[in-house]
Amino acid sequence: MAQDVTIFYFAALREQMGREKETVSLPAQSVTVEALVMELRQKDVGMDEVFAASPRIRVAINQTLATFQDTVKPGDELAFFPPMTGG
Amino acid sequence: MLRVLVQNELFDMGAEMDRLSADSWGIGGISVFMGQVRDGPDGLESLTLEHYPGMTEKVLTELAAEAVKRFRLIGCTLIHRVGTLVVGAPIVFVGTSSAHRAEALAGTNFLIDRLKTGAPFWKCERYQDGRQVWVDAREADDKAAASWD
Repeated sequence: MAQDVTIFYFAALREQMGREKETVSLPAQSVTVEALVMELRQKDVGMDEVFAASPRIRVAINQTLATFQDTVKPGDELAFFPPMTGG
Repeated sequence: MLRVLVQNELFDMGAEMDRLSADSWGIGGISVFMGQVRDGPDGLESLTLEHYPGMTEKVLTELAAEAVKRFRLIGCTLIHRVGTLVVGAPIVFVGTSSAHRAEALAGTNFLIDRLKTGAPFWKCERYQDGRQVWVDAREADDKAAASWD
């Protein structure tokens, strides 16, 4: 529990993942988004296919736009989504 | 004054302009932009706007504050609708006030350009034949947003 992060998926990505939210355990106290995603993709073929087919996925950490090189810590709120199309 | 709202309900453009106009002394001009669901020959029926509650309000408030500082605005109102909106329905209202027109006009342009690609909204189109299609981000919108960097 101590190493958990919450992940939200939005829009087309939410539909492709078949879920809007999940809790996952970090492989270490501090990892990059990229390392976490690689770990999750190895365990989840469906997620691997979705992320492989969507090269433009964006990420937010604690509701702030981030990059895949940024660090995730226990308790963080992550979100993955397609490029935004507001206005 | 900053006013940021994310809501399904229709906004009242006249009331919003009155609010901007009466906000403070020293206002010489108000600039507004209203975006609506575009009608066309392709059979579009409605758009459904999804957003990231919490982050949306945070990003819009940051954008409004940046615009006020950068363009010396007096007032700034951002209202973005979410949920299902039929063709012709208003989607977004951007209103700014300033002492002179140039700042208000530039502030409004800045806000709509940045909001389109920087705030967590996603549009899903629904057509008369039942098709539902997520709108792809446009390169032109990215360029417009980057032009203010």
